[in-house]
Amino acid sequence: MTRVLSMASGSAQAALQETPSGFDVHRVRADFPILQRKVRGRDLVYLDNAATSQKPAAVIEAISRYYERDNSNIHRGVHYLAERATAEFEAARKTIQSFLNAARPEEIIFVRSATEAINLVAQTYGRAHLAAGDEVLITAMEHHSDIVPWQLLCEEKQARLRVAPINDAGELILEEFERLLSPRTKIVAVAHISNALGTINPLATMVRMAHDKGIPVLVDGAQAAPRLPVDVQELDCDFYAFSGHKAYGPTGIGVLYGKLALLEKMPPYQGGGDMISSVTFEKTTFNKVPHKFEAGTPDMAGAVGLRAALEYLNGLGLPNIVAHEHELLTYATDAISRIPGIRVIGTAREKAGVLSFVLDGVHPHDMGTILDQEGIAIRTGHHCAQPVMERFAVDATARASFGLYNTKEEIDALVRGIQKVKEVFA
Amino acid sequence: MADLRDLYQELILEHSKAPRNYRQLAGADHKAEGFNPLCGDHFTVYLKMDGDSIQDIAFQGSGCAISKASASMMTQSIKGKTKEQAKELFEHFHRTVTGTANGDGSDLGKLTVFAGVSEFPTRVKCATLAWHTLQAALEGSQESVSTE
Repeated sequence: MTRVLSMASGSAQAALQETPSGFDVHRVRADFPILQRKVRGRDLVYLDNAATSQKPAAVIEAISRYYERDNSNIHRGVHYLAERATAEFEAARKTIQSFLNAARPEEIIFVRSATEAINLVAQTYGRAHLAAGDEVLITAMEHHSDIVPWQLLCEEKQARLRVAPINDAGELILEEFERLLSPRTKIVAVAHISNALGTINPLATMVRMAHDKGIPVLVDGAQAAPRLPVDVQELDCDFYAFSGHKAYGPTGIGVLYGKLALLEKMPPYQGGGDMISSVTFEKTTFNKVPHKFEAGTPDMAGAVGLRAALEYLNGLGLPNIVAHEHELLTYATDAISRIPGIRVIGTAREKAGVLSFVLDGVHPHDMGTILDQEGIAIRTGHHCAQPVMERFAVDATARASFGLYNTKEEIDALVRGIQKVKEVFA
Repeated sequence: MADLRDLYQELILEHSKAPRNYRQLAGADHKAEGFNPLCGDHFTVYLKMDGDSIQDIAFQGSGCAISKASASMMTQSIKGKTKEQAKELFEHFHRTVTGTANGDGSDLGKLTVFAGVSEFPTRVKCATLAWHTLQAALEGSQESVSTE
């Protein structure tokens, strides 16, 4: 009896600790200045977060503060501001390290975007390791930015791009993926979350399958970084790429995580200042990782802004964000599916806050224009994932993608907007 | 504020649902494909020329209501016109949908229903896709296209 009681009290205590720690979406919305504005005379309903997210005041202020107080070039001057700017920039690297749970700050390389991060790996690791007849394995749900860099590489090296197929729900067919991992496969590149379908890939399993055959794995985390807690050591992936602007940070800054041992062996990406330790006209000695990959003056204010964004996310708590967005996705999927003529594209069991759909007899663009008149921003088109559209035999879809500040009321507005679309096309 | 009804006029909706001259044209001697890489719209325009004049025209493809209706109504207004007249009509149409036409647009005929597009700048490319494709077809090779 005593034991039962104590167990009950123990689990109640655990439940208390697990309760979302005061995540109040209406309070959160007040942190985002743009959400206060009207669009076409209506309250803005921003449901295009998979394209880019809005920025909290903390990010905007951090960037202003950097320019107002700390701006100088990093890693160069000996003066006070140079020291300040360098400290801010390197502090941002440490925040990102801890956000991804990377083992060391040197494993964090600043780039412009997830796209540039993938291109960096293709052009350095890829060029150094691929030969004619080798293979790169991607999946059928990749964004163009995780297709084209590999296509370019394969063309140059006369290598072959292989594509692991997906099923009708938009889930990777794991057995096919495993079968396609061959002795010729030199690298695997895969999205953590599909931008067009919302599918969350079973990364840990995929990485294990690839590593069993000695193949490194790059993860395109553009959609996942703001949507899931990411632990690169637990995932054991070799590279992880994400963009600042989809993670509530500024545009123009992105991150490549790479395992130190791999980064150290990779040739440099671009040549220039900061990536060297000494230059003569005869020979250049390259700087150590990560600076070897950061030629030229980087986006220092962007790094500061990204740090503020990640600290903001940490403050809210990623698990709270995951829970909130999952609730929105469930609510929206249910509400949208009830509308006659709607077909949801991407019905994976493991899914993040991205909802793609088509409406019978109405092109997504027309839907987008009519919703826009209601102040509702969604994305329409192929979402830079044309092979996904082909897989589902559609030219385009409408996509509502949710962020931490979206509400059920906004999803109700979307549903009313779709009813209006149907009236126009009745 | 732009009114949706200015964009989605009855005639436009009607053409988008039942496009005219929507077929592959047997015996076409000019053909061009037009894509809008940003949105995935794509159309093929077929022409049968008689010297300098457009004896017959047809199109196929997929796109939004605006692009499909525009293609449909273009085929109706272009049939029987000379190459030069077709180009002039496109220029006039383009000025109308971008809101830079000065005249009353009377010589555009039914195509004036697209004037509302000028209030929706993101949709101009939808309204002009078929016309750009027509222009490519007119300027393209004289060789017969495969109709298999």
